[in-house]
Amino acid sequence: MSRCGNLRLWILGLVLLLCFIQSEERRLKSDHHEHNEGHSNMSASTGVPIVSFKWHHVEPPYLIALWVLVSFLGKLVIEANHHVTTYIPESALLICLGFLLGGMIWGADKVQTFKLTPTVFFFYLLPQIILDSGYAMPNKLFFTNMGGILIHAIIGTCWNAATLGLSLWGCHKGGAMGDIDIGLLQYLLFGSLLAAVDPVAVIAVFEQVHVNEVLFIMVFGESLLNDGVTVVLFNVFDAFVSLGGGAIDAKEIVKGIISFFVVAFGGSLVGFVFGLLISLLTRCTKNIQIIEPGFIFVLGYLAYLTAEMLSLSAILSVMFCGMCCQKYINSNMDERSVQTVRSALKVFANGSETIIFVFLGISAIDKSIWVWNTGFILLTLFFILVYRFIGVFVLTWMMNRFRLVPISLVDQVIMGYGGLRGAVAYGLAVLLDETRIKEKNLMISTTLIVVYFTVIFQGITMKPLVQWLKVKRAALVELSLIEKVQNKVFDHALIAIEDISGQIGHNYMRDKNFEEKWMSWFLLKSSARKKQDRLFNVFHELNLQDAMEYVTEGERRGSLDFIRNENAFVDFKKKFDEDFAEAMPDIMADMGVLSFFIMNARVLNVNKEGDPVPSVSLEMHEQNLRGLRQAEEINAHHLLEQHLYKGRKQHRHKFSRSHFSINQDENEVQEIFQRTMRSRLESFKSGKMAGIENPAFMPDVDPSSPMHIPPWLADAELEVSPVAPSQRAQVRLPWMPGHLHRLSSLRTSPRSGDSVQEGDEQLPPSGSRQTF
Amino acid sequence: MGSSSSSLNNVPDGQQLMQETGFSAAHLLRLYERFKFLDKDNRGHLRSEDFEAVPELSENPIGDRIVGAFFLPGQETVDFSSFVRVLAHFRPTEKNRTRAGAQPEPANSRNRKLKFAFRLYDRDRDGKISRTELLQVLREMLGMQVTEEQLQSIADRAIQEADLDKDDAISFDEFRKSLEKVNIDHKMSIRFLE
Repeated sequence: MSRCGNLRLWILGLVLLLCFIQSEERRLKSDHHEHNEGHSNMSASTGVPIVSFKWHHVEPPYLIALWVLVSFLGKLVIEANHHVTTYIPESALLICLGFLLGGMIWGADKVQTFKLTPTVFFFYLLPQIILDSGYAMPNKLFFTNMGGILIHAIIGTCWNAATLGLSLWGCHKGGAMGDIDIGLLQYLLFGSLLAAVDPVAVIAVFEQVHVNEVLFIMVFGESLLNDGVTVVLFNVFDAFVSLGGGAIDAKEIVKGIISFFVVAFGGSLVGFVFGLLISLLTRCTKNIQIIEPGFIFVLGYLAYLTAEMLSLSAILSVMFCGMCCQKYINSNMDERSVQTVRSALKVFANGSETIIFVFLGISAIDKSIWVWNTGFILLTLFFILVYRFIGVFVLTWMMNRFRLVPISLVDQVIMGYGGLRGAVAYGLAVLLDETRIKEKNLMISTTLIVVYFTVIFQGITMKPLVQWLKVKRAALVELSLIEKVQNKVFDHALIAIEDISGQIGHNYMRDKNFEEKWMSWFLLKSSARKKQDRLFNVFHELNLQDAMEYVTEGERRGSLDFIRNENAFVDFKKKFDEDFAEAMPDIMADMGVLSFFIMNARVLNVNKEGDPVPSVSLEMHEQNLRGLRQAEEINAHHLLEQHLYKGRKQHRHKFSRSHFSINQDENEVQEIFQRTMRSRLESFKSGKMAGIENPAFMPDVDPSSPMHIPPWLADAELEVSPVAPSQRAQVRLPWMPGHLHRLSSLRTSPRSGDSVQEGDEQLPPSGSRQTF
Repeated sequence: MGSSSSSLNNVPDGQQLMQETGFSAAHLLRLYERFKFLDKDNRGHLRSEDFEAVPELSENPIGDRIVGAFFLPGQETVDFSSFVRVLAHFRPTEKNRTRAGAQPEPANSRNRKLKFAFRLYDRDRDGKISRTELLQVLREMLGMQVTEEQLQSIADRAIQEADLDKDDAISFDEFRKSLEKVNIDHKMSIRFLE
């Protein structure tokens, strides 16, 4: 704890430094004016300066950097105290830290020099959070629940805005608020800025609660999509307020409704276009892999600014940009670049969130903005909660009639309680025009109180509420093994039944052919597309095993030449087509199953024996593995969780601020496909031919006998020998382009057994494309 | 669209199937269209090759097992009524349906769904999931990284957790008991298109 103590001192020191700098700066400014004229004389008389204190030179960026540092240090201190963060969410603690810092600055300066200004917030802090959300969004889950999310976002937000505004106005008329100068339109404007659920706050609070994924995506999706509505409502009412009450007629209202559609769809379209642009760009960035991650940041930000420029919904724009491009850039870019993008986005997003909450706290310590009107504030809080719950219950009741899986009452309560307001509302409140809205400060104060209430109070009570109501959590319940296996069996069974009966599952846009034919063709690099071509991948997986067996067999025969002989390595690029060579490096990186297996074995190997195994000879691995298997402690549950196939709809359903899971579906699909084909082949062959045991098909059986030459490689084996399977043999494939044709004939024909014998039957390539 | 009742006449045993399975006429028609689509040689029944022609099934770890469930034991073909009867298991359960005691249990009741799931494991239909059968399913469902020993230990553990009468196999009752917390209706229903 001494380290944390030091850190606190650091922070205090830094803040005091900041205050000191501020007051110094003010003093220096006034001095500067006085001495302006005599300045040149002064410098001449003092001679050449060895070192000078050039504060003004660096002031703006220095202050920014200092503030960022202070915020991050604050987060560090907070996160170090885990026993506190389990009860109070980090965002609440950051706000409190902001109070502290604000208080210190106020004490030093008597004026709040640092605030969360709308410009900084909307232009520099918010975009990356939304970009990160869009990029990490579980698309399938999102689109499956799209209907519900849209209903809540649009109708729910309008309902919130209207009811809040009208109720407050009603209370005003009833005299509950005393004497304030706000008209009906201004009430509606106020309602519209407070209506929207805030994505930053939702992420911050729900992150620590881990509710089930459907509930989370409903609240989170709503918080993102309602920006379209908020922007429209705010602008429309702002325009109405400027026009004054008299100028509003049906035409203006119709224009308002039209503007909603324009803003929402326009924003989405802009985002979509930018997403396509990014995908296209990453197609060609093979030679600048070092900076290709930069494109998504730049273009994402431009998407935000472009939408903002066209007065469309910027949040929708950047969100759709991220969502649209995720699949393509993950395939097109090098693996390291993908990691870079993911990590960097998380750094920026998390950092921004931290800074936002700290400044939300600081902005409160400012005497000039505080206007206290008990009635107004309390009534606002009350109405916000009540109307949120009413809205959620009514809308969900309507939706449940059309959903396959209705949302339970308990989930609805959490949805209602999770309607948190945050920095977006505050930003909009500060943007109000004080010449037209006399009570701007009252509104700002109320907004701040609402934000603090939702983030701090609701944030703290969210976890106990979730536990008390026994909300279905995100898979933290310890299921029995049978349950786990059975859940997966159900998932796969459902998918199979859907495929057999020709269903399109839920609402997800499953027009696979369109997406695969046109979009993938357009947006994926040709090598990435090849990777997607499962035919190709199954083939190389199978060949990988054959290569392994070949090497093992060769070693056993005593010829160690090719292990040591580096010179015998053939330059594949020269020997084969450019096409395949281009795909080759990707294949090598893309070893999936086998490399994982070998890598694991190697690691275990080192631990067991103490000295690292220098050679990568597979035979040695096999031997060591056998020993390890006996010594290994097998945790059945752990294994099950790690290795169960995920199935088509399940990928990447975990969305979290602080960690991300790696998508393994490509390898999985190949494995499954390979196995199915094999078993079909086996069952067919066992019916047709006298049992030819082919242990080459069983990867976990020791490759001990040298008799297992796969039929389609039988006559090709002679061709393989000039290729030196050096120690790189397990990564370089001794395959020939001709093999491709052989396997294609095996794959799609239901009479697969026959084609093994014929061997030359060629299916039309278009056929093999389409069926996948 | 149009007059569905007249086109329902084309569906063999249409009325009876509607009553038995609970599918609506529109659903049945669509399923019949699908059946005919799968039955490429127009024989009036499906064989396993017709199922294998559905490409996505080869990417499904238990695809072939599901296909096997369509075939009654000993049979090599599936006619339309068997096709529909199996699919009827996957209809969402109707909550407030009260039925007279004499009526047979509907195909999409929780019990029948569980029985279907049980039969996916218990291929030899002896009423118990033996260790070998469990091993087979586990082998299909798990990635290639898992070794034989690991598989064995998982199967051991699974049987240990679920087997109450210690006969080293899982009976239907034990199966049902171990899944009592699972929302079967949710996990085993799809919404059929019309």
